[in-house]
Amino acid sequence: MSAKITPVIELLQKQFSDIDFAPAPLLEMEDQSKEQWCVKVGADKLMAVMSFLRSDERCAFEQLSDLAGVDYLNFPNAKDRYGVTYSLLSLSNEHRLWVKVFVNDPNPEVPSVVSIWHGATWMEREVWDMFGVRFTDHPDLRRILTWEGFEAHPLRKDYPLTGRGERENFKVITRESA
Amino acid sequence: MMTTATSPQETHQAGPAGYAPEEPGGDLWALNFGPQHPATHTTLRHVLELDGEVIRSCTVHIGYLHSGFEKLAEHMNFNQYVVVTDRMNYVSPMANNIAWHHACEKLFGIELTPRCKVIRTIIAELARIQDHLLSVGATGLDLGAFTAFMYPFNARETIYDLCEEICGARFTTSYTRVGGLMQDITPRWPGMVKDYCTDELPKALHDLENLLLRNRIFIERTKGVGQISREEAINWGITGPLARSAGVRRDLRKDEPYLCYADNWDGQGAKAVSFKVPIATGGDCLARFQVRMAEMRESIKIIIQLVDNIPSGPVDVLPNDKMALPSKDEVYGSIEGLIHHFEQVMTNRGHTPPVGEVYGANETANGELGFYLVSDGGNMPYRARCRPPSFINYQCFEKLIVGHKISDVVAVLGSLNVIAAELDR
Repeated sequence: MSAKITPVIELLQKQFSDIDFAPAPLLEMEDQSKEQWCVKVGADKLMAVMSFLRSDERCAFEQLSDLAGVDYLNFPNAKDRYGVTYSLLSLSNEHRLWVKVFVNDPNPEVPSVVSIWHGATWMEREVWDMFGVRFTDHPDLRRILTWEGFEAHPLRKDYPLTGRGERENFKVITRESA
Repeated sequence: MMTTATSPQETHQAGPAGYAPEEPGGDLWALNFGPQHPATHTTLRHVLELDGEVIRSCTVHIGYLHSGFEKLAEHMNFNQYVVVTDRMNYVSPMANNIAWHHACEKLFGIELTPRCKVIRTIIAELARIQDHLLSVGATGLDLGAFTAFMYPFNARETIYDLCEEICGARFTTSYTRVGGLMQDITPRWPGMVKDYCTDELPKALHDLENLLLRNRIFIERTKGVGQISREEAINWGITGPLARSAGVRRDLRKDEPYLCYADNWDGQGAKAVSFKVPIATGGDCLARFQVRMAEMRESIKIIIQLVDNIPSGPVDVLPNDKMALPSKDEVYGSIEGLIHHFEQVMTNRGHTPPVGEVYGANETANGELGFYLVSDGGNMPYRARCRPPSFINYQCFEKLIVGHKISDVVAVLGSLNVIAAELDR
C-alpha cells in the first residue's frame, strides 16, 4: 500500500508547498507495504486539498470511505483536542489515504466536504452530534442520532458513560395532563 | 396520522424543491411512515411529502435505537467488546465478530493460524448467506409474497443450528477472540456445513428464484425502482451488493484480501479461494436481488472448497506471546494457565497494543464493515470508530424514493437491507 501512496503524497507536497503535511503511517508495522498513510491539513486549507485529491486523476479519490471524529483529551502527548479523520478511497487507482484535521475549543469548525462527496452528509452530522465539531456550509447540519434539544456531545471524553442526568430530566406525562 | 404539510417552501429543502402551491397538485400531504410500521422491519421513520400517491420528497429520521456502542467500546477491552458487535448487525453476527477482531489483530500485528483462517472464512461466508437470505426473502415479503419469504427463512434456521454447534449460541455468537476463536469446531461440524451447502441451501435458492423471478408482479414492482447510477453510488459512499448492482467493481475480498481470500494464507504458498464477484448494471431493486442471489451461490463455492480441507493444528496463536486466551483445560488444570488467564482478563492487565491508529475492514453482506481503532497503549481502545455499511448506504434513500409511489417505499427499503441496530449505532 505504501508504494502506491508515496507518489500521491509527493504530488501533494509539490502542489501545496506552503503546507506541512507531516506524512506518517497511522501505525508503524513490520511489513511496511501494509502501512496506512496519513497526512495532516489545517482546517483553512482543507477544501483546496480535498478538491485537488478528488479531481486530480493521479489521486482520484472518488469515495469518502469513512469520517471519524476523535477526542484527544486524555491522549498522551496530544496537542489538539479534536481530530477529524477522513478516510479516502480511490477505486480507479486502488489506494487509500487518511487525511487528518485538528481543531480546538472554543469554536471547533471544519469546512464541510459534502459538495465534493455527498456521502459525507450523514457522517458529518454524526460527528457534529457526537463531538460538537461544526461543519461550515453543511446543507443540513442537524443532530442525527440524538434528539434536537439534547445539549451534550456524548462521545467527548469528558462526557461520562452513564450520561449526565438526561433520563431523570425526561418530562413525565401523566394520564391527567395528556 | 395524516396532516397537511405546511407550505412546501418551509419544509425540508432536499428533494425536488420548487413545488409552487398554485400549481396543480401543489397541495402536498405529509405522511409519517414509521417509526413503528411492520414493513420498516425495525424502528425507522420517514416523513414523506405526497402528491396523491407520488412521493415528492422524503426526510429520514434515525436514532430511535441509538445504543452508543462506540462509547461502550472505550470502556471494554478487546475481547469483551465482541459481545457488543453481535448486536450491531444482528442478522449476521458472526461477520461482525470477525471484522472486529480483524481490526484488533491488525493493531497487534498478529498473523492467525491456518486453521483459524479457514474456520473464520467459512463462517464469514455462512454469515453472508444468512444476511442475504433474509434480505431476498424480506424483499418478497414486503411486496406481498409471503410464501417466498418462508423458503429462505427456513434455510436460515439451519445456519443458526450450525452456529449453535460451534459456539453454543444461535443468535449472539461472540465466537472470535483476539488471535483465535472461543473454542475449536466440533468434529461433525464440517460435515454438517457440507450437507447444508450441497443439499438444503441450493434447493431453497432454486425454489426462491422460481417463485420470484418468474413472477410478473415481483418483476414489475422491482425493475427500475430505486435506481442509482454507478457514479452516484461511488459518490454517496455506497459499498457492497448495492454498489455492485450499480456496476461498481469493488469487493474487499478481491481488492484488499484477508483471511483465505489472500494468496499464501497458510504461509506455505496456498492459493486464495477462487470465486467470482457478481456485478449488475441495473442499479435497481431487481439488480440488487439478483446480485445477492448470485453472491450466495459464490459463497457456497467458497465453502465447498474449504470445508473438506480444514488444516489441523491449533486455532489460537501460540500462548507464549500472551495474545490469545488460554484454553479452559489449561486454566483449570495448570498454575501457568491460570496465571496467564488472570494476566489477560484482570482490569489492570490485558493486552498492550502499540500506540497508533489502524483501520481494518471486511467485506460483509451489506458492504464494507470497518473499524478505525485509536490506541493509546492501554488495554482498552481509546476510540473504536465503526464504519457501518447500513448507515452510509441508507443516506441515499431520500434520493432513491423521490418520484416513486408510496407502495415502493417498502420495496426500496427491503432491497437496501437496512439493519437499524447498526444504523442507529
